[in-house]
Amino acid sequence: MPIAFAIIAALTVVSAVAAMSLRNLVHCALCLAVAFAGLAALYLQLGAPFAGWAQVLVYIGAVAILIVFAILLTRSDAPSQPTFSRSWIVGVAVALVVFVILARAISSSSPVHNISEAPERPEPTIKAIGNQLMTRYILPLEAMGLLLTAATIGAVIIAMREPKPADAERKQNPS
Amino acid sequence: MILEIVKSFFVMIGKALADQPDAKGNFLDALPESIRAIVSVLLSIVPIMVGFPLLFALTTLLERKGLGRIQNRLGPNRVGKWGILQPVADGLKMVTKEDIVPRNADKLIHFLAPVVLVIPTMLAFAVIPVGRNLVPIDMDAGILFFFAIGASTELTIFMAGWSSRNKYSLLGAMRAIAQMVSYEIPLILSSVAVLMIVGSLSLVDIVNYQDGFIFGFIPRWTVFTPWGLAGCIMFLIAALAESNRSPFDIPEAESEIIAGHLTEYSGFKYALFFLAEYLGMFAISGLGVTLFLGGWHAPFPGLNFVPTYLWFIGKLMLIVCLFIWIRGTLPRLRVDQLLNFAWKFMLPLSLINLVSAAAWHFSAVWDFTGGILVRWMLSAVIIGFPYAWLGRGLAGDKKITLRTYRYAD
Repeated sequence: MPIAFAIIAALTVVSAVAAMSLRNLVHCALCLAVAFAGLAALYLQLGAPFAGWAQVLVYIGAVAILIVFAILLTRSDAPSQPTFSRSWIVGVAVALVVFVILARAISSSSPVHNISEAPERPEPTIKAIGNQLMTRYILPLEAMGLLLTAATIGAVIIAMREPKPADAERKQNPS
Repeated sequence: MILEIVKSFFVMIGKALADQPDAKGNFLDALPESIRAIVSVLLSIVPIMVGFPLLFALTTLLERKGLGRIQNRLGPNRVGKWGILQPVADGLKMVTKEDIVPRNADKLIHFLAPVVLVIPTMLAFAVIPVGRNLVPIDMDAGILFFFAIGASTELTIFMAGWSSRNKYSLLGAMRAIAQMVSYEIPLILSSVAVLMIVGSLSLVDIVNYQDGFIFGFIPRWTVFTPWGLAGCIMFLIAALAESNRSPFDIPEAESEIIAGHLTEYSGFKYALFFLAEYLGMFAISGLGVTLFLGGWHAPFPGLNFVPTYLWFIGKLMLIVCLFIWIRGTLPRLRVDQLLNFAWKFMLPLSLINLVSAAAWHFSAVWDFTGGILVRWMLSAVIIGFPYAWLGRGLAGDKKITLRTYRYAD
């Protein structure tokens, strides 16, 4: 198992670094997709198939596609980017803050402290996840659903507001 | 020793063909311990790698012949009797053609796109139960795996279109992604109805749920319920769009953008795209058979002596023939029509279909006389009325009358 872990981890880290440092934006996006796939493989290796496949479905199937679409629609001739942006100090600061918060949250969580006594591992079946989502975590689920619905409606409204040029002209000079 | 292995190998093949459980057990026992695991894996993979490409070769011939008949011509008939060796000739042609890479192309990605595309399309077959005991992996989250793997093919089409440095390729890739992302939602939502009723994401459980007969002769397939019928039709439409086939073939519309993302590919790489397209069609049709058409179950009682995998392949080919028929009959849609159809018609209907399935689920307790009829009507009304209303609303003022055709004498 450690060999598989080493390969997956190396692949994820290398592709994540490549996603930051390559010059061509589309190459960066594709490397990011590889990094997402590596994360999914890590989830699968940890025995969490639902999280793993959901990661593939959402991140490779939707987020990566969204990124390449955004790149295609916003820049036509893919100019080469400088490797370091001018605001790299801010980026490093944000990354450090996020890392510290995450590290603190992980180190203060209960599994880290009880690692010696080999906690019993409940089988994380899809059914159990569904039951938990529909009973204990129903409020966060509903809140998220509300948020997504609002975002969808907002997107539709933004996309809709496009007065036809013919209509606008007719309003300006009624003849 | 060797004789024993060979003997148990043939016993295994006999058992697998006769639909018996645990076919490979004896064969694996005869092998040395060290290679047992890898042989067991190979025994699951090799039939998929051989069987479905063979089916692909057959289907290309069937498609060319069928389209030929629909268009009032003969189709391929030079190579072998009825052109039966045409796939072999096509394959030889593809392999011996020159592999051309455009000078400005992104060479690495141009090479990787067809290679990466074949992997997920092959992987998709891993969870589909082909026969009673013929499923490579019975995964707890089988259908989630299928959709996750299917979603990752979209990126390779983008890779192919973008790396070719050709405006037609890029246009084709953009169209393909827009189409696949749009139709993925009704595809998944229409299968969610089945998952709700069955209460499992495992494809084996879904097939087992559809075992048996109502009144002794109607199979308990989900397609024979109102929500199942609506779901099945929507699933097949979305499957057509996902596999980029006519009338949803705008990504490679040859009269508009040459061949879309395939424009700059030739030789074996083109063959790989072609193979992946057909394998994807088989996989998604196989999922449709599993979800709605009872998987490998026989359609009539008393036909259980026929091996189950033959039923599966038969139903699969039925859907493929339907696709060929549609390709020969319907004209291509425009891009805006295609996206409007997905978002304004398919998406709301597939959501309403979930309500219909829920009504079916909660009315399962009605066991009075005629209860099943009332149940059926309720579910049908919930999906039928919105269908008629939405269809009329979207048609607007357009008058659709019977078309008259005039043929040359």
